[in-house]
Amino acid sequence: MAVGIAQLPLVYLAVRTIETARQRGIADLFTDRVPALAARSLALAAVVTAGCVVLGVGSAFLVTRTDLPGRRVFGVLAALPLAVPSYVAAYAWVAAVHLVDPLFGFEGFWAAALVLTLCSYPYVYLPAAAVLVGADPAAEEVSRSLGRGSWRTFTGVTLRQLRPAVAAGGLLVALYVLSDFGAVAILRTDTFTRAVFSYFNFGLSRPALVLATVLVALTLLLLAGETATRRRGARYARVGGGTGRPASRLRLGAARGPALAALAAVSALALGVPAVSLIRWFGEGVSRPGSLSEVSSATANSVGISLAGAALTLLLALPIGLLVARVPGPVSTVLDRLSYLPHALPGVVIGLSLVFFGINAVPRLYQTGWLLALAYAVLFLPLAVGAVAAAAAQAPPELEQVARSLGRRPIAVFRTVTLPLISPGIGAAAALVFLTCMKELPATLLLRPTGMETLATRLWRHTTVVEYAAAAPYAALLVAIAAVPTWLLVSRAGVLSKGGD
Amino acid sequence: MPAFRLPTAVTVAVALLLGVAACGDDDSLDPPEPNDGTITVYSGRNESLVQPLIDQFEEESGITVQVRYGDTAQMAAQLLEEGDGTPADVFYAQDAGALGAVAKAGLFATLPGDLLGRVDPAFQASTGEWIGVTGRSRVLVYNPSQVSEDELPASVFELTEPQWRGRLGVAPTNGSFQAFVTGMRVMHGDDATRDWLAGIAANEPQIRSNNIEIVADVNDGRLAAGLVNHYYLYERAHEEGVPVDQLAAKNYYFPDGDIGAMINVSGVGVLAGSAEDQDVRAFVEYLLSEAGQHYFTEQTFEYPMVSGIPVPAGMPELTELTAPDIDLNDIDGLEQTVAMITEAGLS
Repeated sequence: MAVGIAQLPLVYLAVRTIETARQRGIADLFTDRVPALAARSLALAAVVTAGCVVLGVGSAFLVTRTDLPGRRVFGVLAALPLAVPSYVAAYAWVAAVHLVDPLFGFEGFWAAALVLTLCSYPYVYLPAAAVLVGADPAAEEVSRSLGRGSWRTFTGVTLRQLRPAVAAGGLLVALYVLSDFGAVAILRTDTFTRAVFSYFNFGLSRPALVLATVLVALTLLLLAGETATRRRGARYARVGGGTGRPASRLRLGAARGPALAALAAVSALALGVPAVSLIRWFGEGVSRPGSLSEVSSATANSVGISLAGAALTLLLALPIGLLVARVPGPVSTVLDRLSYLPHALPGVVIGLSLVFFGINAVPRLYQTGWLLALAYAVLFLPLAVGAVAAAAAQAPPELEQVARSLGRRPIAVFRTVTLPLISPGIGAAAALVFLTCMKELPATLLLRPTGMETLATRLWRHTTVVEYAAAAPYAALLVAIAAVPTWLLVSRAGVLSKGGD
Repeated sequence: MPAFRLPTAVTVAVALLLGVAACGDDDSLDPPEPNDGTITVYSGRNESLVQPLIDQFEEESGITVQVRYGDTAQMAAQLLEEGDGTPADVFYAQDAGALGAVAKAGLFATLPGDLLGRVDPAFQASTGEWIGVTGRSRVLVYNPSQVSEDELPASVFELTEPQWRGRLGVAPTNGSFQAFVTGMRVMHGDDATRDWLAGIAANEPQIRSNNIEIVADVNDGRLAAGLVNHYYLYERAHEEGVPVDQLAAKNYYFPDGDIGAMINVSGVGVLAGSAEDQDVRAFVEYLLSEAGQHYFTEQTFEYPMVSGIPVPAGMPELTELTAPDIDLNDIDGLEQTVAMITEAGLS
């Protein structure tokens, strides 16, 4: 059922596409531009995903497995870009580049690829860091004792342990790139999602929805490809007693300087550029932020609705995640993959599909926080499913079997054994979904209760009429509040833990 | 590693969900009841631009206005999905194209004749389902350090000439550009329009996603000139806190009824279920009242739709500009425009 709810947008798209096809035909919508858009969208997704894997795995390795000075600080910094919405980062980059060279046009494919990579590499970094911290060093020690060198151990053992986590993170990045509108619009890269939005702007919502259906097909391809290369996830946690031993840390030696410089550079680009631009916004122009009550009510609304969205998302994600981890097989694989589908759709399409669903099926809930929370759940389900499934996969099923063999009922086993074991995963999922909800804009605009303003909608309001100074506090608060769950995620990944020095 | 306490989390989650349910229980969800002193407006115009006027209306009339702000095009799509179930009484749109889309779906009531009579028929739906509230002119925004006055073209058609190669900014995915191209098709025919689009596309135009970016780039000297709506320059001046004539960029109005100075409107339509609501009527009347129209000319630097209100200083009279006879309800026409813009390789 949870997966069924997540598929509401697809039902809606199917209804609208068939209807449009009947009324006016859709053949003329498939011009030469469609394959070009598809190719560019996939290329952007591929480039950004590759970039994120390099940056994410690289940072994770440096902060968890080496003697890099200041690695705990970098451990936090590497995750913080999650708190920066892509549209804020893109604005910031354009402004920063103009500061250096007012005549340079920072735009196009590579500009978008750069900004999106810097915004989304934590999706790979966090799970990779968690695996590197949690993995049993015994496997690597065995490899070395059998005569493999450090590098071959890294590629042959460590990377293999990392593979499922990196693949899951990379998939999220790819889907995110497909659905992103903010950054590609500001940086003028013509992708599928941007084309969908421009059809809406032309007042042509039905053709826009037909195009969105094509996007679903693209996503299916992507998911099928990822599934085909997927092997069964490696379990790296220990069963039973004994304290886990942290892996030994690699001495960087002469590489220390360059490694430090690389991490510092990435953080400076991903965090420093938005920070500088935000600070400049505060002083720019004559518009002034709204009253304190306006700011605080937007903050309260943002936090409240995002918490509700996270709670609802987890409620739906828990059964799927457990099923995926405990009953592996074609059915659970398909269900798991299906939950990813809506994540690649533009927020406006998810929003409209829930307008359609709300007004026709549950008018009492229309324009209430419930429906908005449901939209968040549909959009961000895979973020939570992934985290729950990963945690459940690491929780040894033997413990549940023992409990059951001792006569506990399945419900009691779930409550007393499974839940406590996977609760860290639930916490991580909640944090990730919460901060993503905070940043969401298009579905929020369509579904929020009339009159309810959040930090994201206020930011949108002021930036669309170039009131940057008025927008600044909302942007700053958005980033600051989203940074709190990010910090939680980092500490959960174990990056902050002492030891191993 | 901080332990995540599950019972606490579950309690918090349940409490939150209940809290969310509670905050949804306000009266905005009830079907719109006529004359209850409350109306719901879907506004595709920005809060910063129109909320002060709405506050003024609430104070003078005692009617409570619940405003839902959003993007004009996406709100039109939302209204189409909501159909008869919509909680909205009024749709206040940024451009006539969105109003036309909603009107064509049969969701608007016909406005009373005395209201329609106040506004030039060119600025309302031919069937009376929506009415213009303010007018905006298309202009060529230019930077005098890069474009001398005698270089300014007499017609928008001259922009395809070689001296404009690589110097002109356009925003082809923006609704205002597309409405303008539709106007050109009506006035000069599809062939001439296709030629013009091809000429612009071949002249290495600088593509931007909206008018704000074009004005910013012209003002900073990254672009020599660009095709935009006239009031974006005023918005920029307002944000920088300077009078508009101190900005580097200037507005140029194409003379002699050239289509390059076409007038488009922001406007309102009343949803079918609210046709009899006196509060709704009072709101629409207020937008077209002397107070309302003065507000727009002074605060948003737009053209008034009601005669007898002076235009903002430095702007040509409305009668000097062109209002081509386009039926903006004709969405099929817009679709054709989009196809032409796309074919020319401009989007």
